[in-house]
Amino acid sequence: MTSAGLILNDVRLAIGGRTLFDGLCLCIAPGEIVTLMGESGSGKSSLIAYICGSLDTEFDVRGSVTLDGQDMGPLPIERRRIGVMFQDDVLFAHMSVGENLAFAVPPGVTRSERQTRVNDALVEADLDGFAARNPATLSGGQKARVALMRALLAEPRAMLLDEPFSRLDATLRERVRNFAFSTIKRRNIPALLVTHDRQDKSDHVITL
Amino acid sequence: MRPVKAAFARNPFGWALPLTLAVFIGPIFLGLFGTLLPAFGLQPALGSFELSFDPWHDFFNDPALTKSLRLTLTVGFGATLIAVIIGFCSVAILFGTRAFGIVRSLLAPALAFPHASFAVGLAFLIAPSGWIARLISPWATGWDQPPDLLIVRDPDAIALMLSLALKESLFLVLMIVGALGQINAGSLLRSARSMGYAPARAWLIVIAPQVHAQVRLPIYAMLASALSIVDMAIVLGPAAPPPLAPMTLDWFRELDSGRQLMASVAAIFQLLLVIGAVLLWRFGEMVVNLAVRGPLTNGIRRGWAERIAGGVGRIGISLALVASVGAILMLLIWSFAGTWSWPGALPQRWSAAMWVRSGDTLVLLVWRTAIIAIAASAIATALAIFCLEAGIGQPKSRWLVILYVPLLVPQISFLFGVQLLWNRLWLDGTMVAVTLTHLLFVLPYVFLVLSDPYRALDPRIAIAARSLGASRLRTLVRIKIPLLARPIATAMAIGFAVSVGQYLPTLFAGAGQIDTLTTEAVALASGADRRLAGVIAFTLTALPFMALALVSLAPNRLGRANQ
Repeated sequence: MTSAGLILNDVRLAIGGRTLFDGLCLCIAPGEIVTLMGESGSGKSSLIAYICGSLDTEFDVRGSVTLDGQDMGPLPIERRRIGVMFQDDVLFAHMSVGENLAFAVPPGVTRSERQTRVNDALVEADLDGFAARNPATLSGGQKARVALMRALLAEPRAMLLDEPFSRLDATLRERVRNFAFSTIKRRNIPALLVTHDRQDKSDHVITL
Repeated sequence: MRPVKAAFARNPFGWALPLTLAVFIGPIFLGLFGTLLPAFGLQPALGSFELSFDPWHDFFNDPALTKSLRLTLTVGFGATLIAVIIGFCSVAILFGTRAFGIVRSLLAPALAFPHASFAVGLAFLIAPSGWIARLISPWATGWDQPPDLLIVRDPDAIALMLSLALKESLFLVLMIVGALGQINAGSLLRSARSMGYAPARAWLIVIAPQVHAQVRLPIYAMLASALSIVDMAIVLGPAAPPPLAPMTLDWFRELDSGRQLMASVAAIFQLLLVIGAVLLWRFGEMVVNLAVRGPLTNGIRRGWAERIAGGVGRIGISLALVASVGAILMLLIWSFAGTWSWPGALPQRWSAAMWVRSGDTLVLLVWRTAIIAIAASAIATALAIFCLEAGIGQPKSRWLVILYVPLLVPQISFLFGVQLLWNRLWLDGTMVAVTLTHLLFVLPYVFLVLSDPYRALDPRIAIAARSLGASRLRTLVRIKIPLLARPIATAMAIGFAVSVGQYLPTLFAGAGQIDTLTTEAVALASGADRRLAGVIAFTLTALPFMALALVSLAPNRLGRANQ
C-alpha cells in the first residue's frame, strides 16, 4: 500500500463520553475525491476539524492522520498544508478579491509572480476582472469559487471541503461542484468532501 | 404632524427616540452653549452682554499653557496608543487559548474598577514609599528609607500616561471581545492558519482589521477621555502645571471671574483639541492602513512581527491585570493598616480603627453614591429598553453614533454649562441634578451592553406572543423582559458601576454640595492619611464589584428565565 495521499487510521472521536465514531479507516489517493455523508451530529465536521488540526481539546481522540506518509498529529494547523473550504465562504471582508487570493500565495514569490498567480486563478475561476471587487458584492457561486481558488493558491497537499456547496441553489451548486472537482483533480491532490447532499457524489462515497 | 402620529400609532414606543435625544443631546448642547457664552465674555446672568475676546487672549498668554498642552497631548496620544497596542496584541496572542478564557472572565470586574480608586491604589503601589519599593527594599535597592524620586505626579506625566494605558487596555480588550462576536472569527482564523499562517500573524492580518473597524468609536472615546481625564490626573498627574482638563477645573474653582472666563475658553479649547486629535488619529489610521496593505498579502507566514506582538501582548495584559489586582490589595491593606513603617512589606500592626472612625461618614457616602447610581442606572435601563423596542440600535443605525456623543465630547467642555442649566432650573446642588447628569454617561454603556442580547432574541418569540393576542407592551413586559432578565441585570450593574465612578459630573452638578465616594476618594488621595484614603477608595471599588457579583450570584432564577 502506498503512503501517498491522505490516510486515516483507526480514528475514534468522542466527546462528553459519547463516541461519534470509532475505527474509521480511510485512504484517499492523490487526485481522488471521497465524499463523506452522515446524519447531523454524526461527527462529519468534527472529523474535518480533526484532520486539519483545529479540533477542540474537549474531544477524546484516538488514531492517526498521515499525509504523504507524514504524521499530522504533532503539527499545528498552519504546518499541515491542508486546505479547507468551509460551508461559509469565509472570505476576508477587509480585503479585495485579489488581496484575498494574494494572501494565500506562499512566501518567497516575487510581486509580479504573485500577481500572475492571482490573475491565473481568477481566469481559472472565470472571474477575470474581479480582482478589485469587494467580496461582499459577489454572488454565492462567485464567493465559493474565490474561496476554493484561495485555498488552492496556498499549494495544499490535501483539501477538505466542509459542505461548501450547501448554501448554493441547485443549478449553481452543480456548476460550482463540477468546477471544484475538476480543479482539485487537475492539481492531483486528495480531497475529502463532507456533505448532506446525495448529489455531491465523487469517486467514492462513505457514510458515517 | 400626521406622519409622526402615524409612526407613533405603528410603534407605541416611538416617543423613546425624542425623549432619549432630549436626554442625550439636550444637556450637552445646552451645556456647550452655556460654556461658550462666557468664553466670549457674555454672562447674561451677571448682566454682561458685551462680546469680548479678552478671555481667549488671556488664555493663550497664560505661561502654563504650553507645558499643560504638551502634557495633555502626551497623556492623550501616549495612553491611547499604548492601550491599543496592548489590546490588539494581547488578544492576538491569547485568542483561542485557555488563558483567553481567564482574561475574559476578569474583564468585567476590571472595567467596573473606578478610575479614581484605581489611581489611588496604583499610587500606593508605585510611589517611592509604595508596596513595590517596600517589597524590593532594602535587599535589592539598598534603600534604608523611601527614595527621593518623583514617580507619582512626575512632571512629564509618565505615571499618569502608563496607568491610564493599562486601565484603558482592559476596556479595549472587552470591546474587542464584543466585536469578535460580530464576525466569524474562529472560521476566519482557521482558514488563514490552514494556509500556513502563524496564529498571531493570522489574527493580526485577518481579524484585527475587521475588529478595528468595529471598535473605532470606542478607541476615539478612549482618546477623548485620555485627553481630558481629570480624576486620575489629580491623583497621578503633575500639579505645576497639570494637563489642560484639571487646570481648567482649577480655574473654574477660582473666585476670580477673569479666571473663570479663561476656564470657559479652556473648556471650549479642550473640545477643539479632542476634535483635532480624533481627526489626526483617523488620518494616522488611514496612513497605517495604506502602509500595511503590502504586508497583508506578501505571503510571509511567520516572522518577527508576531513574536514582538506576542511579547508586548503578554507583558501588557499581565501588567494591566497585576496593576488592577495590586491596586485593590493596596487599598485593602492600607485601610486596615495600624503601624506600617518602612520597609515592611506588610503592616506591623493591623487595625480596623479607621473603618470604625469613618463609619458614619462612610455610611452616608455609600448611601448617597448608591442611591444616585441605582436611580441613574434604572432610568438608563428603562430608556434603553424603550429605544430598542422602538427599533433604534440596529447594527447600522445612525443613532448608535449619538450614543457615543457623551463619551466623545470632553466632560469639562459642557459640564460647566450643564451646571448653569441646573442653576436656572433651581436644581444645582441636588441629588436630582447629579443623577440626571450621571444619566448622560450611564446610558451609552447600558445601551451597548443591552443591545446585542436584545437583538439576538429570536423575533419569532414576540411574533408568537402577538399572534396569541398580546399587545406590544404586554409582550415586552411579560415575554421579552423576563427572557432578557440576565442581560438587563448586567446592564444595570454596568450602569451602576459607571455612575459610581463619575467624578467631574458629580462635582459640577452637585455644585460642591453633593459628596460621593468618588469625589471624596480623589480629595483624600493627595492628603497625608493613606488609611482613610484606603477606606474610602476600597469602599468605592467594592460597590460596583458587589453589583456585578449580585448579578452573577443570582444565576438560577435569571438563568431559568433566559431559557
